[in-house]
Parts: sequence; structure tokens; C-alpha cells
Amino acid sequence: MTKQIIVPFGPQHPVLPEPIHLDLVLEDERVVDVIPSIGYIHRGFEKLVEKREFTEYVYIAERTCGICSFIHGATYCQGIEQIMNIDVPERAQYLRVIWSEYSRLHSHLLWLGLFADSFGFENLFMNAWKIRERVLDFMEQTTGGRVIQGASKVGGVRRDISSEKLDQMVKDLDDLDREMKELTTIFMHDDSIRHRLRNVGVISREDAFHLGAVGPTARGSGVAIDLRKTGYGAYDRLNVPVVTDSCGDCLSRCTVRAKELFTSTDLIRQAAKKIPDGPVDVKVTGAPDGEYFMRAEQPRGELVHYLKGNGSKFLVRSRIRTPTLTNIPPLIKMLQGCELADVPVIVLSIDPCISCTER
Amino acid sequence: MTVDKQTTTSIDIGKLIGSVERFRNEGYRLVQIGCTKVGDLYEINYSFDKDYHFENIRIAITADTEIPSISGMYWNSFIYENEMHDLFGIQVRGMNIDFKGTFIRTAVKFPFSVPPVTVTKGDKP
Repeated sequence: MTKQIIVPFGPQHPVLPEPIHLDLVLEDERVVDVIPSIGYIHRGFEKLVEKREFTEYVYIAERTCGICSFIHGATYCQGIEQIMNIDVPERAQYLRVIWSEYSRLHSHLLWLGLFADSFGFENLFMNAWKIRERVLDFMEQTTGGRVIQGASKVGGVRRDISSEKLDQMVKDLDDLDREMKELTTIFMHDDSIRHRLRNVGVISREDAFHLGAVGPTARGSGVAIDLRKTGYGAYDRLNVPVVTDSCGDCLSRCTVRAKELFTSTDLIRQAAKKIPDGPVDVKVTGAPDGEYFMRAEQPRGELVHYLKGNGSKFLVRSRIRTPTLTNIPPLIKMLQGCELADVPVIVLSIDPCISCTER
Repeated sequence: MTVDKQTTTSIDIGKLIGSVERFRNEGYRLVQIGCTKVGDLYEINYSFDKDYHFENIRIAITADTEIPSISGMYWNSFIYENEMHDLFGIQVRGMNIDFKGTFIRTAVKFPFSVPPVTVTKGDKP
């Protein structure tokens, strides 16, 4: 019988911007089992919901993540609006879609850069992040914040985008598309990248579904789950194609994210075309009394904000189930049987966000 | 905006395994398990989804009640069951991977099972 050894991976590792630890059980160079460990930076701020009024908690919800902060804030607000039966103005719903899709662009471009870095393609990494800067500029120009936008509030949004600015944004999307096309062509078709990623970290459709995979991790294995199809916000008035790939390996997960960049720019165009004039918020009176599971599609997959109120200004519970948390069991499956040298690339292929996980 | 239709059914703890088994057999995926402290009781929600049809089952238990793990049916449930144990102190029997309280490292034991600390002006936090 081959001798088994345990190699610790993380919590500090060049490929990980945040701490997660994996005990890799190896037979020679092959991983036969994995034991994950998180909780190094658990902030426990779900507990803060008991000490912050429900209208203030949106700032905390946004800080769950430094990448998809806008979607966290908007999802929280939509959950409260469901409990309180608040009719949010249509314009605000469209603005939330526009900012959510810019967040997705920014997140996917960030990930593509990090992924390129993980397999040693440094100039591709820099190119992805150069394009990402344009997206962050749009966010800053329209919300005032590059990373934490603070644009959502219970009852609508805090800022509007003028029609002139919207027209300019849509025009600029053509340039953005052109640059992203050049970038993603390399990710999807370059021989050395395909050789590095094809058949690495494979997870079947059945395993991905039953182990709870969400987002591009699930869609890369052919599981067509995209919460935007439930029609929250203004998504029910837009055509949302679900991008999938069938091989279930690192290249498939990369391909899904690359193609989703263009889905996002298309959704921004659709929203900019259909957005009606009108107010962007309504006055909120009273306090939430009831509960709701608000689900939304983050760049990494399905996000759940469970909110429960008792009629006071303070919620009883905010429970945030983030996509990375539910993508950990599928990651274990992907790693079983792989080579030790492939572990960093496979770990990064689920786009782990430990900040979200350690909310 | 389309409202995500969702149902929540309260059940006795004795029917938990049977109910989860039904979801598993009908092809639902496990979305999450979450715990909420309501008075002296703990409400535990098990959420499932199939084709965007969202269903929850709920059990309400006291602090000293041990609940059975559903990891025999949903392998990925160990994530949520260990989290419940580490944050709320819920005892879960038969988990496929039991971290025995080390999954989430907390300075305070079972921090979500205690009332929030009130800090008044002038006090050290």
C-alpha cells in the first residue's frame, strides 16, 4: 500500500488572497482526500443585526464582500421590501440591475486576472485588470464608490443616472466588448491555456448538482441554475440567457465566466433601453414584521439573505448563505484524484471569496 | 418584479429525516440550513430548490436537543451542520465530517446563542 502523507495547503498561499486551509491527503503526488477548514477571519456580523436598525444594516450587508458588495446590499434591501410589501419604483429596479451587472463584470474580470496569474500568464493578468479599471470607473462615476457603492437603500436607490450618462455608458460598452473579446479569446482558445486547464478538476453534472454547486461552478458542469431567471428586480423584463458548458473542468468554468461578461453587457444595454423615467425611491414607514428568503445571483452564484423581523426596528435574524460556502463540498470532489501541482488552479477555479464566507 | 414563491412547513423533529428523504428522492438540491434563536427555542430551516421552486421545512428545538444529521442524504450538509454547532451550540448526531467545534474559530463559544453585549459610552468594548 502506498504511504499516505498530509500536506497543508493554506491558510496563507500565493494563490489565495484570503485564508482557507485544506489538508491534502496524498499518495505520492496524487490527492486522495481533502479536509477543508475555514473560520480564520469569521466576523460574525450577522449578529450585528440585533444592534443596528434595519435601515442602517444595509451598510453592513454591503460589507459582506469587497467584490460583490452592491449585490449584497441590493439583495438585503429587496428582502426587507418583500417583508414590508414596499413597491419599489421601476426605475430603481432597473438601476439595481445595471449596477449588479457592472459588479459582475468587475468580479469576473478580477477573477480572470487572478486565474491567469495562477497559471503564470502575467501579462494576461494585467490586461484583465486594465479592462476592469474601466468598469470600476463607471461604478465610481455613477455611485461615488469603486468597491463599496452604498447605492441601495430600503425603498429604492440613493442615486440616479442621467439619460446622457446612460447613453454614454452604452456607447462605451462597445469598446469594452471589443477589449473583452480580445481577452476572452485568449482564455478560451490559447493552446497553452487549454492544455493547462482541460480535464483538470473535473466534476460531473450529477455531482455538481447533488453537492450543492452554484454559479459558474455549477454551470461549468452543465447545471443551468441562474437565479436571475426567477425574475427578481427588473430581470423579469429582460432576456437573461443562462451560459453553460459541459466538460465540468477548469476550462469550462473559465469559459462560462468569459461568456458571461457579454451577457452582462447585453443586460446593461437592455436595461438602459427599457428604463422608465420616474422616482428612484419611496418613503419607508414602519418596521419589518415577518420573514423572507431573498435569493439573488452573485458573480459566484446563488446568494441567500434570510431576514426575520418582529415589528421592531431591529431584525431578529439576518442569515447570509454565500455561494463560496456552498461551493466548498464540490471543490473537495474536484480535488480528489488530482495532482498536487493542479491544486492551486482548481481551488481558484471556483472563484473562492472567503470574505463572503466568513461574514 | 417577480416574487420568488416560497413555502415553509413546520414539522416535528421526528419527521425530519423522512421529509428530507422525500426532497432528495424528488430531485431537490439542498440550498442551505440556517438557525435562528427565537426566545428559548432554536428554529432550524432546511431549504431546498428544484427548478427555482423553493421550499423550506422547519423544526423548533430547545438548546439541549440533539438533531440527526442529514449528511447521509445530502453529503454537503456538513458545512451547515458544523456551522450551526459552532455558532449556536446545536448538537448534531452522525455528521459525515465532524469538526468537533473547530470549523469556525470563535473567541466566544457559541456566540449566536447569547444575547448581544451592550456597550455603554465610556466602557471598554
